[in-house]
Amino acid sequence: MPIANKDVTWVEEPEIGFWEATFLPAIFAGLKTTVRHVTHFQPVTEQFPEEKPTLPLHYRGVHRLNRDDQGRVKCVACMMCATACPARCITIEGAQAPWEDRDKYPSSFVIDELRCIYCGMCEEACPVDAIEMTHLYDLTGFSREEMIFDKEKLLGVFDQTKDSGRDPVRTQRGRLGPASDFEGLPALAPATSVRGDDRSARSVTAGVIQGTAVMESSWEQINEKIEKK
Amino acid sequence: MATVIVNNKPVEIGAERLNCIQAADRAGVEIPHYCWHPDLSVVASCRMCLVEVGDKKPDGSVAMQPKLVPGCQTPVKDGTVIISDSPKVKAAQQATLEYLLLNHPLDCPVCDQAGECGLQDYSYEYGRGYSRLQEPKNIKPDKDYIGDQITLFTDRCIMCTRCVRFTREVSGTAELQVSSRGSHEEIDIFPGEPCNNKLAGNVVDLCPVGALCSKDFLYEQRVWWLKSKKSVCPDCSTGCSINVDQNNDTVYRLKPRYNPKAQGSFMCDEGRFGWKYIHAENRLSLPAKREGASTVSTDWDVVLASVREAFQAAAKSAPKKVAAIFSPWMTVEEAYILASWLKGLSPDITLAMTPARVSGEDDTYPKDVHGKPVQPVKFTIRAEKAPNRTGVEAVLKHFQGDVIPSGKVLEGNAYDTLFVVGGDPNPEVNAATASKLGLLKTLVVLDLLDTALTKKAHYVLAGGSFAERDGSFVNHSGLVQAINRSLQGPLEARPDGRILSELAGRGAMFTAAKLRAEIAQAIPAFGSLGGGKLGEYGVVMGLAVKLEPVTA
Repeated sequence: MPIANKDVTWVEEPEIGFWEATFLPAIFAGLKTTVRHVTHFQPVTEQFPEEKPTLPLHYRGVHRLNRDDQGRVKCVACMMCATACPARCITIEGAQAPWEDRDKYPSSFVIDELRCIYCGMCEEACPVDAIEMTHLYDLTGFSREEMIFDKEKLLGVFDQTKDSGRDPVRTQRGRLGPASDFEGLPALAPATSVRGDDRSARSVTAGVIQGTAVMESSWEQINEKIEKK
Repeated sequence: MATVIVNNKPVEIGAERLNCIQAADRAGVEIPHYCWHPDLSVVASCRMCLVEVGDKKPDGSVAMQPKLVPGCQTPVKDGTVIISDSPKVKAAQQATLEYLLLNHPLDCPVCDQAGECGLQDYSYEYGRGYSRLQEPKNIKPDKDYIGDQITLFTDRCIMCTRCVRFTREVSGTAELQVSSRGSHEEIDIFPGEPCNNKLAGNVVDLCPVGALCSKDFLYEQRVWWLKSKKSVCPDCSTGCSINVDQNNDTVYRLKPRYNPKAQGSFMCDEGRFGWKYIHAENRLSLPAKREGASTVSTDWDVVLASVREAFQAAAKSAPKKVAAIFSPWMTVEEAYILASWLKGLSPDITLAMTPARVSGEDDTYPKDVHGKPVQPVKFTIRAEKAPNRTGVEAVLKHFQGDVIPSGKVLEGNAYDTLFVVGGDPNPEVNAATASKLGLLKTLVVLDLLDTALTKKAHYVLAGGSFAERDGSFVNHSGLVQAINRSLQGPLEARPDGRILSELAGRGAMFTAAKLRAEIAQAIPAFGSLGGGKLGEYGVVMGLAVKLEPVTA
């Protein structure tokens, strides 16, 4: 359908004045910018590799495998990271843990750092905060084999980065992490929505009943009733 | 006709005797349950299947029972009304799950059952989503040795007692029991009496949570990585329906698949753990053409062409001296291709068959305390350790009139060109027979493992295990069930059907269903196969019109 005439607005070109026709004001305005760069010089070039950049805290670099408080690999070989990995670069073999207090551990944990796309899905998927991405970015090697990181190498990355200041150990949760640590830790927010009339919904941390006050008062009421009778 | 009303939806149940769970299932409604299993007695202890039940009177009025009742324990009759989606039922389901989860550890990341767990599924579907428990959980120590193949994570158990009832009612061996009471209840064995009966592996499948785990599969794979294909256990002539679970061409486990026509819900440990030869070191991975002691070629094109030429030439010059030894491990399709090809070359070629390996006698369950079988029989491990004797015999009878045992061919020196099909992972070929056969003019062996016979063969055809082949097995009662290719064999090994199909000049495209349709036309005994589709439970062998149901 052609455009109707009433919908068309004709715009006239503005007329050029005398000074504008000389182009001189525009030339001086441009020169002002040029001069400003000379007088107010601010270098933006980074002197890499002599000077290392400060990366944002959420930078996703080389992975590390965290150790628990006893220095053992924290990973429980649940394979959530390998499942979540879109590049399929994580290969884990699970086995019976050699320790009394744990069921399963990774007998082998291999990440192909060349295949990895550094998306961070693995650390997001990990239920025990065992795999984390560090600020190491200048990953180089002479062969492809060198870039396939095994468990020892990934634990080595942890030892190397944990005190660097940029990659703090983000959580000190227990041996299985939030998934099973029910002693001494505040419960996590509920996975599903909470009804308003639910007792636990009124507590400070959803999921935990800070019920003593309520309970005590109700006991008092009951006791009063009994006494009255 | 009896009509049951499930969630306001009428459903016809005929004259069957069903409980509420089964009746609701007919209506497409799931009533969650843990302790109830169709093949075990009813205890109604988990309380997960609580539903509202009522009765529709002839005058149209409905009288509901005031209390919730367990659906597994409540039989239905004409006019029974079941309600499973009312707020009252939903509240009961939430409360039941909350109780079941009180002491259940949240160790799903390390639990093998995660992904196929009844607690996970029902918590997601019917649960409340989070715990209100403040007190520490009651953690019981794991029992690593419940049996040679079974380990018990005691704290994950929800006390449905399916495993206890299985050992008491189906295997009859009664090794498992419940000890202690209340919150301290545990599944346990009697001291020094581990659960090592031949059906013990089933308690792992029965366990709706990750309490009983198979040591063989423990920590091997996460279940969501496994790809399942329907198949048939080849280790005896019962022909249990199974699922082959594999990932990256490695089998990780076999699981029984419910089939009322074959074996029911279970399978024996011999079959369950009997697949290890699929990944054995001595699997044949290349075909071979040998001259003397040296291998001339390991190229399929060369080997197959030479075998074909050798047989064509022998069939022309002296067909009476040509024979083929079939194996009860072949599928019906493979036997049909080979038999029709050889009989097509010359009707004088002899078709013989290796007798099915027999070990002991049929082993029936349940047993009594002395190990004596008890009636009624609920599970049978058959003595005949081959999957398809009936099927191969039917093919041979069609092409030749009778079945000649392989012994007749192996004795004497009547034959000089022999085609031997193996497939049995534990073949009964002695070295003397093998070296004698090695002196023949032409010896072709189609097998999957490197045996005494393949070492002497002039042509070795590297075949596939049951998990690598398409086709069908006929069990002891004549039930034809399909097996499906679920993984690739090692290196150059090919499924037997494809090898034989190419050899017989039918091309490399081997489609079992199409071939079954052809067999149904050609052999009257397989007439009931019709269009070649066998369905989930299989089809009973027989004439096209005769379709009788078979009981397990």
